[in-house]
This record gives sequence, C-alpha cells and structure tokens, in this order.
Amino acid sequence: MLGDALVPLLLTLKVASLATLIALTFGVAWGFLLARKPFWGRDVLDAAFTLPMVMPPTVLGYYLLVLLGRRSWVGQWLEQTFDFRLVFTWQGAVIASAVVAFPLAFKAARAAFEGVEHQLENAARVLGSNEWKVFCRVTLPLAWRGIMAGGMLAFARAMGEFGATLMIAGSIPGKTQTISIAIYEAVQAGQDDLANFLVLLTSVVCISVLVASGKLFPKQF
Amino acid sequence: MKLEVDIRKALRAQDRVFQLDVRFRSDQDLMVIFGPSGSGKSVTIQAIAGLITPDTGQIILNGRTLFDSRAKVNLQARERNVGFLFQDYALFPHLTVAQNIGFPIQRSAFARLDEAALKQVSSFLAAFELSEFASSYPRQLSGGQRQRVALARALIRRPDILLLDEPFAALDPLLRHKMRGELLQIQSRIGIPMVVITHDPADVELLGDNLLIFENGRVRESFNFAAASSGMPRDQKIQEVLRKLVP
Repeated sequence: MLGDALVPLLLTLKVASLATLIALTFGVAWGFLLARKPFWGRDVLDAAFTLPMVMPPTVLGYYLLVLLGRRSWVGQWLEQTFDFRLVFTWQGAVIASAVVAFPLAFKAARAAFEGVEHQLENAARVLGSNEWKVFCRVTLPLAWRGIMAGGMLAFARAMGEFGATLMIAGSIPGKTQTISIAIYEAVQAGQDDLANFLVLLTSVVCISVLVASGKLFPKQF
Repeated sequence: MKLEVDIRKALRAQDRVFQLDVRFRSDQDLMVIFGPSGSGKSVTIQAIAGLITPDTGQIILNGRTLFDSRAKVNLQARERNVGFLFQDYALFPHLTVAQNIGFPIQRSAFARLDEAALKQVSSFLAAFELSEFASSYPRQLSGGQRQRVALARALIRRPDILLLDEPFAALDPLLRHKMRGELLQIQSRIGIPMVVITHDPADVELLGDNLLIFENGRVRESFNFAAASSGMPRDQKIQEVLRKLVP
C-alpha cells in the first residue's frame, strides 16, 4: 500500500512545487507591475488574473484544453517543434496547477508590494541607488514575507488541485495521477483502506508544510 | 554653497489645486525655510532632491543644473548627490544600523563592502556615537539614536547639500533641544551645507541666520541676520521677526 501511495505523493509534490515556482514568478512580476505602475486597464487585468480563483476548475481545464490541446495553435507548435504534447502528461498537470494557484500568489504579492512604504524607496534613490538596487535591497526584502505567505497558499492549492488537472492530464497511474485524483479513484474502486491512507498522508504533509513555512520565514524586524 | 531655485508646480488633491511658485537663491551654508504646514516647504526640498518633478523652472546647485524645464534637464534623484533627512527618518527596518549607514556606499545591489568602505562605516558609527548599536535594528533604537543613524547614512557619501525635512518634529521637546545642538556641531565639523525646513519657531531662533519665510506656496520674505549689521543684536532681530509671524 505504501508503494501505491508513494508514487502519487511524490508526483504531487513535484507538480505542486513546479507549479508554485511558476505561479510565484509570474505572480511577483505582475503583482509588482500592478502595485507600482498605474496604467489603462489595470483593474480589468487584475480581475482577469483573479478569474482562476472563482471559475470552476473544470471550466479552466476546458479553456486549457482549447488553448494548449493538440488542435490548438500552441499545441501544434509544441508538437511540430519539440515533438511534445501537454495533454495527458505531468507537465500538463503542472500548467493546470500553476494557473489555478496563480491568483493566490499574485494577490498576495500585489498586496505585499503595496504595503511597502514609498518613502523607503525614495530614501534609497536619494542615497544613490538605481531602480534595480531599490527593488532588490528595499522593496523585495520588505515584501518578502507577504510574497512567501502567498507562495505557501499557492502550494497548498496546487497540492489539492483536481478538476483542471483531470481535464488536461487525465488520471494515468504513475504518470499523471496526483494524490487527490488517486483518492477519488480509490474511493470509486471501493479501496477504502488505500483511500484512508492517502487522505491521512495528505493531511500530514499539508500540516507539515504549514508548520515548516512558519519556521522558515520568521518575523525578523 | 550656491543654491538657485526658481520653480512652479501645480499639485492636485481631489478638487483642490495647490500652486507652488517659489524663487530664491542662497550662498549661505545654513538656511532655514520657515512656514506653516501646507505652505510648500516640503514640496520645494523634494523638488531639489529630485523626488518631485516641477512643471517649469530650474534648480542649480553650485553651478550644476539639477533641473531645467527649458533645457530639458532633469537629473535622477540618485545622480544629484543630495542628502535628504526624512521627517520620520525612513531608515530601512530590515537592515541593521551598520547596514543602513553602509547602504549608500554599497556599489551595486549585492556587492559586499570592501575594507575601505567598512572602515568608513565604523568611523561614522563612532563619530555619531552609534558603535554599540552597529548590529541593532532601527526599531530597537530611541528617537535621537534613529536620527543620528539617518544623519550618518545621509552624510556618508559626502553630499553637496543636506536637506532636512522637519528634522526635530518627531522628537520629544528635551531631545529636540539636544539634537539642534548636535546638528550645529556636525555642520561645523564636516561643513556640508544644509537647508532645514521647519514650522517650529525654536528651530529658527537657533539655526535661522539665513531665513526664508514661506506662505501659500510662495516666498513671503527672506532675511539674512548674520550679514545685516545695523544696531540690534542677531537674537533680538530674530525674536522680532518671529513675533510678527507667530502671534
């Protein structure tokens, strides 16, 4: 049973970590841009970025299929150039989880950047810093805790991702079957023991992640 | 120091428009700009520092043009070599006292300070009586210590001028008196020209040999008590001016 559980667990951790990395990278970049640069259509963009949080995951999964599937422009380009398909692969699951987790990382990053006092950035400028130094030494360190809190939420969301992943990556044991999908399959197949074990395992992992995140990012100042 | 300021700037807040229109020049090493809050003092020194861009006009410091709307010159804040003491000091809360003071001489975002720079930091720590707080964070310091950190940080790059925005407003009255004295000492020791803005008459009494009075975004009057030599002693003249201004 441990083997049956370990494979989906490791796959889930891999998918969720990569998805969080992608969600954080884009979330921080867009969060900074929307927090700092007023431009036309900013509110519309913010709403669009929040959509994955409120839309049913199956709808998202469908959108992704249409956008990235074999008949789509992107899908055909990937297949012709790299002989690579996203549908029914674990990379597809990463994309699905990243899209679903993105709003959490983005919202937290935007709020964190907006919380950084403008005066401190101005002080750095007067002290001779270019914009890169202002960002790396003042803005980012002060927003860091908020960004990481968003990252943790994004990771938790990516770990639990079900609907969109099932739509785009399917449920291939050992290949695309993440832990939440494995639980669903186990319950469907009447394997109550396996389901119980997987549920317990997921709970323990989630709690450990949350506790560890509190220890990893203590309040320093 | 030779400072020439001639700028205009319209600031909009909701439905109100504040029009700044100031022109002054100074060749004194210590100048006080006095006026009620909302008279445009802060906007003026922020424009000198490059934190606000005037609509039109020019700012020239020691013959170097910092801003000129006609010639389309507008140096970035970081290129102006101007020191600025913020009203609440704007110390970086995530950096220690030593890191705050070393920040301006750190060459790039992730560069380590070389030996000469570290030596400079420790000599500034000593000069400002902060050596024992080198690894403390700003929140662990008292108001007066915070101000000394901010001063040391502003001066370590040897700016051409130091602009001070209500430097004593955040301190309690006893400390305020002490820090005024310290500021004068620093000024005479390192000789960097200063422009102090304030709405506190006590600042004017001590520092205001060269005084500029702001009102509603304009320069109302300017005085030079040190140069004028007619009869009355300096203190008495300042008192008289203040009596008229502060009923």
